[in-house]
Amino acid sequence: MRLAGAGILLAAAFAAVPLFTARNDLLNLGVQIFLAIALAQSWNLVGGYAGQINLGHAAFFGLGALVTRMLWVGGVPLSISLAASALIATAFGCLIGLPAFRLRGAYFAIGTLGLAEILRITVGNLLPEISTIRAAELASYNMLSRYYLTLGLAILCVAVVASLVPSRLGLGIRAVREDEAAAEASGVSAVGHKLLALAVSTALAGLAGGAFAYYHVSYYPQHTFSPVWTFDAVLMSFVGGVGTIHGPVLGALFYVILKEVLALRWVEFHLIIFGILFILVVLFLPGGLVEAWSRLRRSVSRQA
Amino acid sequence: MIFVSFVVNHYFALFAAKQFSMILTQQLILGLLVGGLYGLAAAGLSLTFGVLRVLNVAHGELLMLGGYGTFWLFAIWRIDPFASLLAVGPAMFVLGMLLYVALFQFVVKAHEEARIKNSLLIGFGLTLVLHALAIQLWTADERSVTTAYSGAVMRVGLFAIPLLRLSSLLFAFAILAALHLFLSRTRWGRAIRATAEDWEAAALMGIPVGRTYLLAFALGTALAGIAGGLVSISYSISPSIGMEWTLKALIVVVLAGLGSLFGSFAGGILLGLAEAMSVVFLGGPYREVVGLMLFLIVLVVRPQGLFGARQ
Repeated sequence: MRLAGAGILLAAAFAAVPLFTARNDLLNLGVQIFLAIALAQSWNLVGGYAGQINLGHAAFFGLGALVTRMLWVGGVPLSISLAASALIATAFGCLIGLPAFRLRGAYFAIGTLGLAEILRITVGNLLPEISTIRAAELASYNMLSRYYLTLGLAILCVAVVASLVPSRLGLGIRAVREDEAAAEASGVSAVGHKLLALAVSTALAGLAGGAFAYYHVSYYPQHTFSPVWTFDAVLMSFVGGVGTIHGPVLGALFYVILKEVLALRWVEFHLIIFGILFILVVLFLPGGLVEAWSRLRRSVSRQA
Repeated sequence: MIFVSFVVNHYFALFAAKQFSMILTQQLILGLLVGGLYGLAAAGLSLTFGVLRVLNVAHGELLMLGGYGTFWLFAIWRIDPFASLLAVGPAMFVLGMLLYVALFQFVVKAHEEARIKNSLLIGFGLTLVLHALAIQLWTADERSVTTAYSGAVMRVGLFAIPLLRLSSLLFAFAILAALHLFLSRTRWGRAIRATAEDWEAAALMGIPVGRTYLLAFALGTALAGIAGGLVSISYSISPSIGMEWTLKALIVVVLAGLGSLFGSFAGGILLGLAEAMSVVFLGGPYREVVGLMLFLIVLVVRPQGLFGARQ
């Protein structure tokens, strides 16, 4: 309950920021944070709660970006474009999930990695030119609408995962993660629950991609399929605390702000630094910041 | 007008039966040649996966490092690229030992499902680190070894066979044959096979499982390095090729199944031929899609792979 309160307070504080400042660089930083929260939280639902390692989250983000960009620049209303993004991303998610979830082991990770990489290369072949929004849109470009759209998206992602996890379906998803055979024996369909988690996760990632396409003025279509997007999502989930609601939010805040600080001096080294940090967290602190905090509190209370 | 008639003529020519079969055959030859390297890349991955039960998705990045080793030995000291593989292979073997001691020995302590999960995550982190490091050290430029004999082509009737790619294919096959002899004839080879079969039973029989893991991982890394050297000779390398080669190796491993080196080699050639067909029938931009299709079909129809035994 205290966490829910803190979350609502944080969201309200973010919503109030534009009342005090109109500085575009701060609003821009906000957009980055909100997109990061959406990416991390959507990855966390499958990677943390369902226990399935998705190494191609960029595929769903990229598909979302591609669909919204094509439709919205082509004149379709933004809301319909975003809905189409979520739908297409989910469809591709099921394309991998349906056959891969029937089997155990690394098939799902290989399939998602393959989907992202093949889409990246194929989109780069077919659409080699930079994509820029129309001149009319550019003239009326307004950062505030991007800020609130991505804030809404981040809140949606956290709210969806937070309400799904304690529900009956969420219990099933976690039961399958802990022990597939035991879950099946108690009548919980392993494939069904993994697919449900994947469908919700990919829809949210597709929406995040769509929001990116609405926000970013010009980029190469291939860029949104880059493995860096997957890496960001996995890193933020793990550094914050995978398999918790507040972990990925903390991880996203930590990562985006630290990246801004590092970018001032070591822009070329930030991937190396974060890559090493990520490996260390997976090996030695698999619960991330959330676990570090609770360990610290326990050792303090023991001493008191 | 001239351009249009050129394009129309081009397509008429393409679909005239004789021309078409010629283009197809030439593409299949090239597909066969690249397939051997897919097979070699997959053999290293399949060795580490089969023995340690860890899936190292940074395999392509290790291949990239081997490629740069061969490239720099040639660029700085003019060492013949095939000869330099004799240095690159052992150097990559040592790198593999270091990686195992620094990272993967912690992963193999966990039970099987956690092993796969953690190795995927650590390998993925390693991918990004090695990629960024290579860009820092050697820039993002594309490079390849160009020797005096690089352009040599063997003509067989109407078809052209690039000699370097043919030698790379033969070299890859020879390496796999040597590895096969090592695994089947030597004490350490038998230790590796026993550990792959059942590590607990192997440990009870007195096989030092930890050192066997170390050896298998280092061998897998050396295979990746040699494959990378061959890639830098007959194709080209850049810091970003890692993910693509990892993907090819993964698809071949799923396609062929675990357990047989020559199965990996055959699977690699199959993928090369399938890609060549897709270039002819679907067009160049869709070349990669066929790999994903093969992966999905195998998952549905025969998840143990074409040459793998049912578990």
